[in-house]
Amino acid sequence: MDFILASLADGLLLGFIYGIAAMGLTLIWGVMNVINLAHGPIIALGMFTVYLLFTFLGIPPYVGVLLAAVFGLLLGIIIYLIAVQGVIDAPHLSSLLATFSVNMIIIGIGTAIFSTSPRNIDLQLWSVSLGPVTLQGTRVVASLIAVLVTAALYYFLYRTRQGKYIRAVANNRAAAELVGIPSNRVLALSFGIGAMLATIAGALIATFLPFNILAGGTYELKSFVIGVLGGLGNPVGALVGGLILGLLEGIVPTFTQTTWVPVIEFVLFVIILLVRPNGLFGGEQ
Amino acid sequence: MNTLKNYAGLLTSLVVVVLIALAPIFSGNAASREVVFTILRAIVLASSLNILLGYTGYVSFGHIVFFGFGGYVGFYLITAQGQSLWVAMLAGGLVSGLLAYLLGKAILRLRGAYFALATIGVNEAVRAFINNFEPFGGPTGMTMNFSVYQQYGGAMQALEMTFYIMLVLTILVVILSYVVRTSKFGLGLLAIREDEDAAEVMGVVAPDAKTWAFVLSAIFPGMVGALFFFKNGSVEPLDAFPLHTSIEMIVMVMLGGQGTVLGPILGAAGYQRMRGLLVTSTIFKNIQLAVSGGLLLLIVLFVPAGIIGWARQRWPKWRGVLQ
Repeated sequence: MDFILASLADGLLLGFIYGIAAMGLTLIWGVMNVINLAHGPIIALGMFTVYLLFTFLGIPPYVGVLLAAVFGLLLGIIIYLIAVQGVIDAPHLSSLLATFSVNMIIIGIGTAIFSTSPRNIDLQLWSVSLGPVTLQGTRVVASLIAVLVTAALYYFLYRTRQGKYIRAVANNRAAAELVGIPSNRVLALSFGIGAMLATIAGALIATFLPFNILAGGTYELKSFVIGVLGGLGNPVGALVGGLILGLLEGIVPTFTQTTWVPVIEFVLFVIILLVRPNGLFGGEQ
Repeated sequence: MNTLKNYAGLLTSLVVVVLIALAPIFSGNAASREVVFTILRAIVLASSLNILLGYTGYVSFGHIVFFGFGGYVGFYLITAQGQSLWVAMLAGGLVSGLLAYLLGKAILRLRGAYFALATIGVNEAVRAFINNFEPFGGPTGMTMNFSVYQQYGGAMQALEMTFYIMLVLTILVVILSYVVRTSKFGLGLLAIREDEDAAEVMGVVAPDAKTWAFVLSAIFPGMVGALFFFKNGSVEPLDAFPLHTSIEMIVMVMLGGQGTVLGPILGAAGYQRMRGLLVTSTIFKNIQLAVSGGLLLLIVLFVPAGIIGWARQRWPKWRGVLQ
């Protein structure tokens, strides 16, 4: 029983971070119907930003998270302008391949520079014990930041002019253009925010788990699963989906081997795609 | 003469395949035979994928699952059941076709990006499952006893034999690819690619046609999987289901020209050749992936129809030959 509680708590904390990684993916999908296959490498770049800043410049990891966010925003806008802009109205295959080519470029250069050896940031914080459950400080802080980021995104999308532009373009791009919204700029900003959420997620993961340049791939696949659970294009659904996945990862090891987790995840993923393609909380098609 | 002209497209494609295979046959050089073996493997995979991707317009991001699954079943039959390579290859093709049939019934209902995502999910689910499946060796996979090669006249002969089997498979795939494209069934697929709803109105039974296209595109990868891992001597989950190779297959099809018979052949040969050069060059060795990625981006942005698609637009008179 104690083991189950501890496992659940860990899974739940991780779930918040999965949630913001998936939010980045699902925001881009919702606004421009593009599945960003470069999501994983961008997450990995977030990890490395914090790692490099900490190791070589001694910048504290949580300041590094902030810088990683800025870096992610700029990177996303650049990727949009170079690779995505030209294929935004082309068939799906084109945008999938365009973002995948960005994936190959980042991974190719990243492996050449950093190799694939594992890295970690040696960060020790306090830890709290609640009965049988011990919560590590790094994980608690990371999930708190994830919640803050979610709140900030919500505020941005629903309370600011730029955010309303984004929602308008997501809703109907042609109509948004008719009322004078600069849609290309809005799309670039959305892609930037999507990438920013990915680098933040990566940066937070780097504060408590080891990683290498290929580590983003795992979280990209998890983001797909979460995005589909919560409904692609639905940022709040992504957070809930992240928590569900986190809980699942906490529960499954209590009754079978951990290696079965991905089997269950991906079977669930395919089934939800088939049965409820709009996500658990989405309406009927 | 007229019949020859009718088959000009098929002949061009077959001639290209044979030309690719000629060098190692005549020189007897084992190293160049290995290079051509990987090129032929790429041609089989790309041409098979093209039936689904190029003709039907459905993007499978996890097509390598058929290669890996067929390979695993074939390998299991040879090592654990003592079957011959022929039985293994047939079984590999059959189980892959069957898997495609069952999957097709389920996931081909999804369209566009949802289908692409589902295929990634299927590939990962199968890999994760085999990782846990003890009869197939779990995460460490299986290895082949060297004595298995004795019944084919020793390892050297077996190695040479696999090359010729691969050549035959490649020729069969090219013929299949051509027959599908020129048949009524193939026209139905092309109609689905252009507009699935309109195709249904015109009398194409889209769910059946899509499923059979999926099955046809899965059989040869399964056979090649059995052959490849027989030659390889070992099989493990990471080798059998690399998501990356799935996407490389798409790149090959795109590079040569999706929806054509000759395109995937040229695309596969060109991509493999380029990759070989990059991997062995001193400057590009470490960033060969980035160079391939850059090339892919250029194709997607500027030549979306691929080499053959571009050539067909440029020289309409030659369309009969460039199919």
